[in-house]
Amino acid sequence: MDIHFTPEEQAFRDEVRAFLTSELPADIASRVRLGRRLTKDDHLHWQRILNRRGWYAVNWPEAYGGTGWTVVQKHIFEEECAAFGAPRIISFGVNMVAPVIIRFGSEAQKSWYLPRILSGEDWWCQGYSEPGAGSDLAGLKTRAERDGDHYVVNGQKTWTTLGQHANRIFCLVRTDTSARKQEGISFLLIDMDSPGITVRPIITLDGEHEVNEVFFDNVRVPVGNLVGEENRGWTCAKYLLTHERTGQAGIGLSKAALAHLKDIAARERNGGGMLVDDPLFRARIAEVEMRLMAVEMSTLRILAATRDGGVPGAESSLLKIQGSEIRQAISDLTRKALGPNALPFLEEELNPGFDDFPLYRNYSAAPASQYFNLRKLSIYGGSNEIQKNIIAKRLLEL
Amino acid sequence: MDFNLNEEQQMLSDTIQRLVRNTYGFEQREAFYRSDTGDSPEFWRQLSELGITSVPIAQAYDGFGGSGVESMVVMKELGRGLCLESYLHSQIYGAGLVQQLGSPDQCQRILPAVAAGDCRLAVADEEAGSHYHVDRIECRATPCERGWRLNGRKRVVIGGERARYLLVTAHIDGTEGVSLFILDPKSEGVSRIGYPCADGPQACDLLLEDIYVEADDLLGHPGGALSALHYQRGRAMAAQCAEALGSMEEAFRLTLDYLKTRQQFGSPISGFQVLQHRMADMRGELELATSMTILAACVADDPGSGERSRKLTAAKFITARASQMIAEQAIQLHGGIGMTWEYALAHHAKRLVMLTHQFGDDDFHLGGYSALLDVPGRANHN
Ligand SMILES: Cc1cc2nc3c(=O)[nH]c(=O)nc-3n(C[C@H](O)[C@H](O)[C@H](O)COP(=O)(O)OP(=O)(O)OC[C@H]3O[C@@H](n4cnc5c(N)ncnc54)[C@H](O)[C@@H]3O)c2cc1C
Repeated sequence: MDIHFTPEEQAFRDEVRAFLTSELPADIASRVRLGRRLTKDDHLHWQRILNRRGWYAVNWPEAYGGTGWTVVQKHIFEEECAAFGAPRIISFGVNMVAPVIIRFGSEAQKSWYLPRILSGEDWWCQGYSEPGAGSDLAGLKTRAERDGDHYVVNGQKTWTTLGQHANRIFCLVRTDTSARKQEGISFLLIDMDSPGITVRPIITLDGEHEVNEVFFDNVRVPVGNLVGEENRGWTCAKYLLTHERTGQAGIGLSKAALAHLKDIAARERNGGGMLVDDPLFRARIAEVEMRLMAVEMSTLRILAATRDGGVPGAESSLLKIQGSEIRQAISDLTRKALGPNALPFLEEELNPGFDDFPLYRNYSAAPASQYFNLRKLSIYGGSNEIQKNIIAKRLLEL
Repeated sequence: MDFNLNEEQQMLSDTIQRLVRNTYGFEQREAFYRSDTGDSPEFWRQLSELGITSVPIAQAYDGFGGSGVESMVVMKELGRGLCLESYLHSQIYGAGLVQQLGSPDQCQRILPAVAAGDCRLAVADEEAGSHYHVDRIECRATPCERGWRLNGRKRVVIGGERARYLLVTAHIDGTEGVSLFILDPKSEGVSRIGYPCADGPQACDLLLEDIYVEADDLLGHPGGALSALHYQRGRAMAAQCAEALGSMEEAFRLTLDYLKTRQQFGSPISGFQVLQHRMADMRGELELATSMTILAACVADDPGSGERSRKLTAAKFITARASQMIAEQAIQLHGGIGMTWEYALAHHAKRLVMLTHQFGDDDFHLGGYSALLDVPGRANHN
């Protein structure tokens, strides 16, 4: 056993740092650090820089343009990107639909879609959840009926993250209503420009436009857009979900958020002294830091035990719970660190293009909003209650 | 001991409950929030017509002379309705400070108008670095001919833009302690930068650059405001516990209703034992918060003492913890719906959490209570 990084891994870290130092645009990094809103262009810009270096599709096999990195390399990369303030990778294309296409898709689908994901031509969103199908995803009702060379899709998806930016959506649709719940579902790739699709914003409690409703009214989708076999979509869905959950541990993001918290606590006054010197607040930071250390080690341990990066369901559930709770705990402390300064809701200070003088500090507008926004971490990707059900059933065999 | 409201208090409760229900539906609230004033002048007018603005104010100044219990009754309903008006900061905290520190002339000049609802107050006691410590401020008052000049910056003055008078804390050069000044925000040179708070109400930053206030705009004597500030913050905390309680009750109710109607896996999610236990835990927190709100209301007007401070601190601590737990779990149990702006629950969650950013959060009061801790044979740390 040896938990130290090898000289090769150290060298890799230096290489990543050098890359980030020279390539990450400073204005974008500053927006990320301060918790401000990013534009679609910010994301695309960073994506293109990564892709030029061949570091965008870190989870793909090399044959398709992936990196072939080890688990440890991916971890180092994620950690450094977050520490430098790189935008988080929007997973829907590169880390969700792509692994499904690589695993279950046809050659034609691979050669058409994968390059477009790498180049940023396609922005994907995820059409799983419906108003009546959240935790009970297999209860979904959106119908796809075969009509010649097309499926005709009718129904509604909801909570579609960044659907307003997307030109493509991957959907779970019901192709057989007579079969058992999980068995009549198919995995369909749909062009968002198709006639009959309407996207409506949902504004979240922090005033953010991050999620949407997507309506399908007689949308015609070529049968060639089916991934895998008809009525076997549930297999794709489950494969994708474990990928989604592993990514959600978000250790790099937590570490960056913790560093930001310390920075704020060292700059916020607590009456006379600095908040970071207040014994109680300091102890609270210490507590999350120790816990984060444990979650990081657990993530590395569990990921290292798997070869292809696809994590067994129950373990990815453990990581998802621990990872989301620690991020929420850090966001809670960051909000608290600001005391009364957390109260003002200054949306304009969060919007792109704001480089005016902030009313108080450049970091003070985001923490309350972010704390509320991050409540989502324990809800999406399978709620933490659902993860515990999985652990109880699969890991504990109860 | 008697834990029941008397007949008059029950009537007050019914009156305000009805008013809030009729004028503060969620959609109306959203319209008030988006309006120029950020609240409802019409609702305020109705509060004044029904005499509710006068409830916490002494009878000598045309008030109703209500106790902490009457304030609790009012604040609980304002909390349930997520009201945006700064009743607490004006009628309870602000008016309390004037009443306790002001000369008969000052009280006469201000309080009857406050009681009538014609004039609102706002207290400017927090600064960027004060972090809930009212005594650790940097704002200065320099004596000048026939008055004072104020310099400094106050943060997050709740209701500050709508207030007729601001009550501003400052250190007077060369004296110990904190002083409190009445400031007319229309005075030359005063600038206010307004914004909504994360939970809806309007607040402002207050920039004071050589602002002249007259000699008789000092409340109390130089350096003599601190004990009144602590005392009145205690009353405000008691009232705020009630505001949080009203909001917690509503968040709890909405969640319970939702669990019974939301179907997943072919049945209402209220059937899942983990959710039942979570609701039971929330119910426990609600119970503790209810008890401590009552305790706080009943000691709020007692003479200042270590015992009173301990009880009010404990009430704020328990209520803050309960508020955050209920806010977070109410969202969690709703799933995605709980995070949407369109649904009142999300705004209750925001109110519950952001209330902990006024008058001290749970950590502040944990520290405060530790300092006051009564250990036989040892002096406490205060
Ligand atoms: C910000 C955000 C972004 C999202 N982005 C996307 C997206 O891009 N694409 C997409 O398809 N979806 C997305 N989602 C949807 C997300 O996956 C669902 O919200 C999630 O699956 C929960 O479903 P629900 O909201 O309907 O809650 P429900 O399933 O109704 O759950 C309500 C509560 O009941 C609990 N519960 C449900 N079933 C059980 C059970 N069997 N045992 C115990 N407890 C249970 C849940 O844990 C929760 O606490 C997003 C959600 C959010 C909040």
